[in-house]
Amino acid sequence: MTFFLQMLSNGIVVGSIYGLVALGFVLIYRASGALNLANGEFVLFGPYICLVLLTSYNVPFYIAIIITLIVSAILGLVVERLVIRPLQHAPAISVIMATLGLASLLAGAIHMIWGHGTKIFPPVFPQTPLKFGGVIVTPVYLWSFVIVMVLLVVFTVFFKYSKMGLAMRAVADDQGAAQSVGMSVKFVYAVTWSIAAMVAAVGGVLLGNISGVSPIMATIGLTVLPVVILGGLDSVAGAIIGGFLIGIVQNIAGGYLDPLVGGGLKEVVPFIIVLLILMIKPHGLFGSKGIERV
Amino acid sequence: MRNLFVRESGNYKTSYVNDMKLFGTVSQKVKIAVIVGVLLLVPLFTSNYWIGLLTLCAISAIGAIGLNILTGFTGQISIGVGAFLGVGGYTSAIITSTYGLSFWISLPLAGLITAIVGGIFGLPALRLKGLYLAIATLAAQVIILFIISRWTSVTGGTSGMVLSRPSIGSFTFMSNTSYYYLAIVILLLTVLYATNLLRTRVGRAFLAVRDRDIAAQIMGINLFKYKVLAFAVSSFFVGIAGALLAHYTMIVSPELYSTTVSIEYLAMILIGGLGSVFGSIIGAVFITLLPVSLGMAIDMVTVYFPDLYHLLSAFKEFAFGLVIILFLIFEPGGLAHIWLNIKKYFKLWPFSY
Repeated sequence: MTFFLQMLSNGIVVGSIYGLVALGFVLIYRASGALNLANGEFVLFGPYICLVLLTSYNVPFYIAIIITLIVSAILGLVVERLVIRPLQHAPAISVIMATLGLASLLAGAIHMIWGHGTKIFPPVFPQTPLKFGGVIVTPVYLWSFVIVMVLLVVFTVFFKYSKMGLAMRAVADDQGAAQSVGMSVKFVYAVTWSIAAMVAAVGGVLLGNISGVSPIMATIGLTVLPVVILGGLDSVAGAIIGGFLIGIVQNIAGGYLDPLVGGGLKEVVPFIIVLLILMIKPHGLFGSKGIERV
Repeated sequence: MRNLFVRESGNYKTSYVNDMKLFGTVSQKVKIAVIVGVLLLVPLFTSNYWIGLLTLCAISAIGAIGLNILTGFTGQISIGVGAFLGVGGYTSAIITSTYGLSFWISLPLAGLITAIVGGIFGLPALRLKGLYLAIATLAAQVIILFIISRWTSVTGGTSGMVLSRPSIGSFTFMSNTSYYYLAIVILLLTVLYATNLLRTRVGRAFLAVRDRDIAAQIMGINLFKYKVLAFAVSSFFVGIAGALLAHYTMIVSPELYSTTVSIEYLAMILIGGLGSVFGSIIGAVFITLLPVSLGMAIDMVTVYFPDLYHLLSAFKEFAFGLVIILFLIFEPGGLAHIWLNIKKYFKLWPFSY
């Protein structure tokens, strides 16, 4: 039973980070209808900046994270301006391919600047693990859980009540209509991409705290895709709940079935779930269906 | 007799049959003969290294044409090509190495089995489109690779399998030159098939599905049938390419078929030109030779900046991404479109308006 609870809690905490990264996908999809497959590299970019600030310039953590967020936001703006905006009216495959190209470009740039090795993040959160009954939880995990929960509330409120959030939804729904009532589609895109890049950076810094910063972290960009699909591409709550579900199923499947197949199940289970979900509910658990007209 | 060098200055087709002809004019026939001749004569004039590279280009071109049938003709995005190459390669490896059958049996079988697997993973395409389908194919990629790397008793797991070069009687395709001819012949057959496919009922159904699948369905096209068919036909060629590649490198292992490979193939058809057979070929050549030429360029510069050598792989990644983005933004039609524009310019010269 303790083993099960441990797997469950591992799943919840890993799932919270998945949810956070998935949030970046959902934000961009909601506003621009594009899938940002370079999200993994966005996740990678933040912690490297933060790490440089912490280790080379000895900046205190809370200032470092603010600077990291600003730099990430700028990255998002630059990407939007140079890559996404010219492709605003291009077909889906062009945008997918552009973000794949972007992923390769950013990964190459990060390798050229920081190399391939794993860098240890200086401990930011307390290191002593907390115990709840027999279940062990590291503070980093607890913090990421809290941060994800806060962001979930913030973004739900943001999309429901704030002017910008409503504008984003309107642009996602119908660009032309949004433009005709005086919204600047370009501005909305720019804000979306910078917010998404900032969310990714937060996820990246948390991940970096857990396992160190290395280019392998970028794979979370693909690992998280099942989460977004499960939750529905355009649902903020779906991203978070999908994150938890995938995290839990992945850990439990990994814990119980890995010895049978020789490991590696953790990476595959989410994709099997996704294939099943797509067959039954093509728009995910919480995604909106949309009507297609000829 | 007509002068061979006089080219049509406009579109003079007066009947549908005439328009559909593959080898319409004398100059077209001459052109094709020249291209085939050059392809066959190239090995006589180039070094072994370049013949090897050209072989890789030809094999990639077969796979790229396969992918283009799915993505360019039928409009179904697939990020799973890498794994389907793997299915082809492993099928051939298992048939030839484990069961000791001939390459000439295993090659079509590799294509067929990959077509079946592709068809199965194409089933979700009926309900999914665009981004969702892209992710379903990505899932296929991950799942297939997982099966390949864990089914140790059949596939040899992560250590992979060793293959031999094909042979006819006592002649083995051991040298690069002989393998080049093998690859070129199969490439030419693939090109012939793909160009002909576009002129058939099935090919036109594919195009209709791409342009607007619901409208196509209203016109009586069975979406399910044609989408799965597109996946199967496309996977067949990808499987053939996979088998050829496996017998060329003489090794198969899971990491040769990663997502990166899928992305490279997508890049080939995007840079070459979506929905263009010719584009698939030049795209394949471009993407295959890009890292090679970058490597050579860096070799020249390393004399002055020795540090650059460590950055080589990262720089290749960077340049690969940059090229994709630049093409998407500035020439979405790809290299095939650039080529058409050049041709049009000369065709209409000096009255190009």
